[in-house]
Amino acid sequence: MTDATHTPSDGPMLTADGIPLKKSLQIALRRQKLRALVLIAPLLLFVLISFIAPIADMLFRSVENDIVSQTVPRTVIALQSWDYDDGKAAAPDNDVFAALYVDLSEAEEFKTHTRLGSRLNYETTGMSSLMRKTGRGIGRMDTDKYTEQFEALDTKWAEPAVWVVLMEQPGIADALPETASAWKSWQRIVANKGDVLAEEQPDAFIYTTLYRDLVKQPATAIAAYTGAEADLLKFADSAVDGFETVSLKDQFIKMDKDWASPQVWGTIKAFSSPYTAGYFLASVDLQLTPAGIEEQPENQKVYMLLFGRTMFMSMVIMGSCILLGYPIAYLLSNLPLRTSNLLLILVLLPFWTSLLVRTSAWKVLLQQQGVINDVLVWLGLVSEGDRLVMINNQFGTIVAMTHILLPFMILPLYSVMKTIPQTYVRAAKSLGATDWTAFWRVYFPQSVPGIGAGSILVFILSIGYYITPELVGGTTGTFISNRIAYHISSSLNWGLAAALGTILLAVVLLLYWVYDRIVGIDNVSLG
Amino acid sequence: MKFKLATLLCGAALATTGVQAQDVKMADTLTLVSWGGAYQKSQIKAYSEPYQAMHPDLKIVWDESSAEAVAKLRAMNEAGNITWDLVDVVAADAIRLCDEGLAMEFDADELLLPATDGTPASEDFGDLLVSDCFIPQIVYSTTFGYRTDMVGDTPPTNICDVFDLEKYPGKRSLEKRPINNMEWALLCDGVAKADVYDVLETEEGQTRALAKLDTIKDQVVWWSAGADTPQLLADGEVVMGSTYNGRLFSVIEEQKQPVAMLWDAQVFDLDGWIIPEGLPAEHQARVEDFVKFATDTQRLADQAKYISYGPARNSSAPLVGQHADLGIDMAPHMPTDPANATNTFLYNYTWWADYRDDLDAKFQAWLAQ
Repeated sequence: MTDATHTPSDGPMLTADGIPLKKSLQIALRRQKLRALVLIAPLLLFVLISFIAPIADMLFRSVENDIVSQTVPRTVIALQSWDYDDGKAAAPDNDVFAALYVDLSEAEEFKTHTRLGSRLNYETTGMSSLMRKTGRGIGRMDTDKYTEQFEALDTKWAEPAVWVVLMEQPGIADALPETASAWKSWQRIVANKGDVLAEEQPDAFIYTTLYRDLVKQPATAIAAYTGAEADLLKFADSAVDGFETVSLKDQFIKMDKDWASPQVWGTIKAFSSPYTAGYFLASVDLQLTPAGIEEQPENQKVYMLLFGRTMFMSMVIMGSCILLGYPIAYLLSNLPLRTSNLLLILVLLPFWTSLLVRTSAWKVLLQQQGVINDVLVWLGLVSEGDRLVMINNQFGTIVAMTHILLPFMILPLYSVMKTIPQTYVRAAKSLGATDWTAFWRVYFPQSVPGIGAGSILVFILSIGYYITPELVGGTTGTFISNRIAYHISSSLNWGLAAALGTILLAVVLLLYWVYDRIVGIDNVSLG
Repeated sequence: MKFKLATLLCGAALATTGVQAQDVKMADTLTLVSWGGAYQKSQIKAYSEPYQAMHPDLKIVWDESSAEAVAKLRAMNEAGNITWDLVDVVAADAIRLCDEGLAMEFDADELLLPATDGTPASEDFGDLLVSDCFIPQIVYSTTFGYRTDMVGDTPPTNICDVFDLEKYPGKRSLEKRPINNMEWALLCDGVAKADVYDVLETEEGQTRALAKLDTIKDQVVWWSAGADTPQLLADGEVVMGSTYNGRLFSVIEEQKQPVAMLWDAQVFDLDGWIIPEGLPAEHQARVEDFVKFATDTQRLADQAKYISYGPARNSSAPLVGQHADLGIDMAPHMPTDPANATNTFLYNYTWWADYRDDLDAKFQAWLAQ
């Protein structure tokens, strides 16, 4: 024994090819796992791409809010020094308006200002038309006075080529920071129009920022600039103090007096960060205002009520499905196969009928001039004047949805009951149990997994239901999903819809967890 | 820019010679989106069938998605794959789509043909061009119909009869949204027509409108589809209800139900086309060619043969004739007919664009309580 490692006593056990057994096993297991992974990869990818990713993307919208900081980036930065101060603050100063002027000049070209308006209109009424109006007026402000004054100083200022040379000099951003920043916007505007930069005279907003830079920048900063056209710049710097000025703030307020309102500015500031909790707050009847988080006024609170109602009604629907479905499933599982198959087709039949047809059928049955009321009046049980109101309310929704979701309860119950041997109940009875005891103590516990599976199916389907409550729910039978649908398709407030959906998903997962803790998820069976 | 120039040339060539310019090849499919039902049928008869006859190789596809058009267009735009060429929407949605940058802006005189007497399109359509992206087709109105056999000997003549439960007991159907209902409520609460939107702008005004609606709340069936009210009227479920005037026309004249129109305080609204932003050049050329044809004076007048909505061009009104199947004069059934339009209300698009989100939240909260 020269090689001590081969002895089991003082080293790991080795396989025939000299690799430690433990490692060899690991390799074999890993290979197996990999093979399994490769086998499920197509399905995994499919689910990821077509299911998980879209949902994640939709959920992400509930916090996404980069439209403000992307559309008016300079304004957002300039607003940092402004404080809303509970609405007591005055509108911000000229610097902020100058930033807004450049931002909106670019936004107007790309038509993003109206999108910003629609977004902010969800928070403050009037932002939509404010943006539309400002977009129309932004090209017609009195700022062309600056253009004229620079041109009067030296006609070179009217030449696009001179501008291009000047703005491409290194160090120009130190001398003229605002102009350099605005120039980038101008480049994008020209490119979007398909024009050539060297042929287009800059817009008035460029001259406005140039004027502002020359007035604000210390003379040394201008003097430090030594690139091309330095003399032109220095001459302008010496002359701007005599220029006639245009107050941008007044110009904006002239376009729309709302620009003087601190509420408008407070809203922009409150929603300027790229992520917002605003949608989630709105989903629970709170709101993000310039002054902080507040409760929604009493006459706008609706979401908590709807969440509660959705949960309550889904429970009721689930309960009535159990009550109605259990006896049917029991009957089906105890009949001879030929009869039960025939009956099972009757259970499945509604599945093959359009949802809309089934819902409309309930309208015909339940409405005040409907079949049921007619029969009751004919029987004399109800007088002509007090026909029962059974539709367009909670009752109608529960009836119609119970009917529609019943097969989802019956099928899992049936397949579980099918597996319960008849002999158990017979054995219980032969040992002296009454019918009830035999059922309750022996049969029922074995059917619980079916109830669990059916309940989860029915409950989860019903909290997401929207078309039936919309058609027969009236005002008291509508669900939270109806508001989600409204925000997706009508108001286009996808952020709020996403937040409501996220909350709904979270509630479902929470209930699932509670169910697991109380009943145990192992106790659910589809047969 | 290059492309715009091409269409400009194309337009100019058309205007001068009346022959299609061949510099941009037109796509051989055209996907049109509309509302389905009788309205879409009227468009097929009046617009697409004659156009198809002129272009036999063209494949025209209709999609009945107008009700979800705004959301779907936004989704298509985000996915970067726009599969629709021309979309029929109401004016309020057109404004929204224009704001979102999803609909193409156009110059009316460039895109649309002048009237037969040479009046430019912008004048012929006039005030109805409510957005830079909206090509109006029809004027419709939301108004009330009532059961003639359920109102006794004194049929309602005034909008405020809707709020009068003593004189006209029974259920009413109203649309499940604040638009129109809030205006009617204020009108019947004594607000002058001219002041309605000023009052509705204030918190007190909104409370006042909802309080007025509260007086009939438990007698209201709320509808969300245009077909609901005609059905409810036909079944005798409601005494009176609001819906689009074309739907009531069909209940009264085509289905011969005992229903009559209450034109008082009818609210005018517009429906028309929008061209999605960012279409490929070939599709753009095809759509522009189709739109030119489908919105000319004669085509708009033709549509009124199949449905009782008023053509959006001034020049089309005198050409409105008889119903294609029933053979009755259509003019007296138009919402714009002088006898029907004695007291009308114009839906304020820009106002609602601002207040819709806010008022809808309040209205839904009010409904749910």
